[in-house]
Amino acid sequence: MEHLDYETLNTLKQVMEDDFALLIDTFVQDSTDRIATLRKVIQGSDADLIRRAAHSFKGSSSNVGALQLSALCAALEKKAFENNLDGLVADLDSIEQEFAQVLNLLRSFS
Amino acid sequence: MNDVRRLKILVADDTDTDRLILESIVRKEGHHVVSACNGLEAIQVYSAEKPDIVLLDALMPELDGFGAARKIKELAGDELVPIIFLTSLSDTESLVQCLDAGGDDFLSKPYNRIILQAKIKSFNRMREMHSTMLTQRNQIVQYNNRLLQEQTVAKHVFDNVAHSGCLNASNVRYFLSSLAVFNGDVLVAAMRPNGSMMVLLGDFTGHGLPAAIGAMPLASTFYGMVPKGFSMTDILREINGKLKNILPVGIFCCATMMDINFRKKRLKIWNGGLPDCFIHHHQDGNITPVKSTHLPLGVLSNRAFKDNCEYFELQKEDRIFVWSDGIHEARNAEGDMFGEERLKEVFNRNQNPEHLFNEIIEGVQQFVGSGEKDDDLSLLEIRMDEPARVNSFAQEASHKFANSEIEWLMGFEVKPTSFKVFDPLPMLLNVLMEVPSLRAFSSTLYTILAELYTNALEHGVLKLDSDLKKTPEGFSDYYELREQRINQVTEGFVRIRISHKTNDSGGLLKVRIEDSGEGFDHQQRTTDNLSSFGYSGRGIALVEKLCGTVTYIGCGNIVEVDFSWVNDD
Repeated sequence: MEHLDYETLNTLKQVMEDDFALLIDTFVQDSTDRIATLRKVIQGSDADLIRRAAHSFKGSSSNVGALQLSALCAALEKKAFENNLDGLVADLDSIEQEFAQVLNLLRSFS
Repeated sequence: MNDVRRLKILVADDTDTDRLILESIVRKEGHHVVSACNGLEAIQVYSAEKPDIVLLDALMPELDGFGAARKIKELAGDELVPIIFLTSLSDTESLVQCLDAGGDDFLSKPYNRIILQAKIKSFNRMREMHSTMLTQRNQIVQYNNRLLQEQTVAKHVFDNVAHSGCLNASNVRYFLSSLAVFNGDVLVAAMRPNGSMMVLLGDFTGHGLPAAIGAMPLASTFYGMVPKGFSMTDILREINGKLKNILPVGIFCCATMMDINFRKKRLKIWNGGLPDCFIHHHQDGNITPVKSTHLPLGVLSNRAFKDNCEYFELQKEDRIFVWSDGIHEARNAEGDMFGEERLKEVFNRNQNPEHLFNEIIEGVQQFVGSGEKDDDLSLLEIRMDEPARVNSFAQEASHKFANSEIEWLMGFEVKPTSFKVFDPLPMLLNVLMEVPSLRAFSSTLYTILAELYTNALEHGVLKLDSDLKKTPEGFSDYYELREQRINQVTEGFVRIRISHKTNDSGGLLKVRIEDSGEGFDHQQRTTDNLSSFGYSGRGIALVEKLCGTVTYIGCGNIVEVDFSWVNDD
């Protein structure tokens, strides 16, 4: 799977015009916060909190065309929904790595 | 921008990037954006800004989209505020939950600009349609209120005209039901001067306003004529003529009219188009149906109208039942009609005639059950009773008419100077027509007066010889001579004396005419050979036929006839 869907990104750039940079900044800030939140909630055992945090992250990453990141979040959401709390730290590590990739690609895109 | 006008759209999403994207898309479409970051804020912004369309993220902190949607729909009341859920949920259950919470649609992430644009357009169209519908609904409510108000006023006028007259008499029971403020059925009753009661039950085609309009002239004619003593046939003719003139083709009035004489225990009845009326005989419980033998009122011109009535001798406690077809055509839930057989069955089962009236109403109502009442239902019962027990008017009139007779006499003399210029007949006839019972005989009375007066004038005063008229030449000579003499006449008279006396069954009108002439040898006149009679025979033969006898007195210059009439009321 691609890291970024450039068609979506191009459309967004068209739509947002001058605000595109702001959008990307917002996404970066927002994602950083979400990863921090996820990091915190996977310490506990509240599956629903984990599911919701993963769900929101899934939505916002899909909107900027971060396909792989969105898919990883979706997998985490599904695990939490099934109350399968094994290996969550590893899952979040993959999400964080993917986010770093997306970040690089977004910087070079804009 | 395209054909969608600038709308105010609320975007509620807790994810900043998502909200940013959506705001930009919506703004690009030319709409005005207001934003909220959670459910509670969405409700606040909604209340303050009253946006046209709401875009609501499903999962938000504080209050989620479902809760916010319910509250916003509640605040919107009658207004349609389309709510579109924004969701990355994709399972069926979640999407159904969006719609259950009052959402009108959903938009999945990632957002697609074209789809969002189409949805905004489509919901704006729906919103406008809804607003048109609300405006029209309010107009209808307003219109309906005004209509009801107008009908109330009109009904007030109508009730004053078509009041219930003497329906409160102790021997009358009636039931009128109506589908609308107005009733297609009309029931009027009034007392005649002689103490008998006149009742008319009418059923106009249709109901509501068109039917009620016809009832007004009917009632005002009825209440105008009955207390003045007009006969039933005169009143029927008058009403028929009025309705025929006023009502459009296809609207008419099925009616039964009755004249109930309590003193003589007689019923005079006319039925035009209503179902058979029933006369229930108290003694044996049998029923005599009175069929409709006429067309309804307002169908025929007065020339073709038939006013012949039926007469029945009744006993005390006999009951007359009159109804509109609402009873016969009352339908139950299965669509069957009540019909005449079921009606007769009510009579067959009856134990006490006093309860018949209620048993009929109950019978119909039980039969109809929850079925729809689709016609006006009217029922009238009149019980034959002693005048004193009907009402005070009948009692008084009964005393007056049973114990005394009306008697009068008038004399009238035509002087010589008036013969050529004055015809006394219209004036005399006018006086006679003031007697209600004599109105029916106007043409007969005219013939009698005209023949006798002509004889008195031409043969008595002017001394013309009727033999002249035996040949065609003589005929014109006769009228030449008549013209000469009437211009020259300076003396002579014609005295007319009319007396009238009523009796229990009718009355006797005596006419006596005396002229200043020499008379004739009336002894020679034989009743079986009129042609041998010296006077112009045909006229007298006619009068004789109308009055029974024609009597000559004195030297033949005085003639007397008796016209006796029978009251058929």
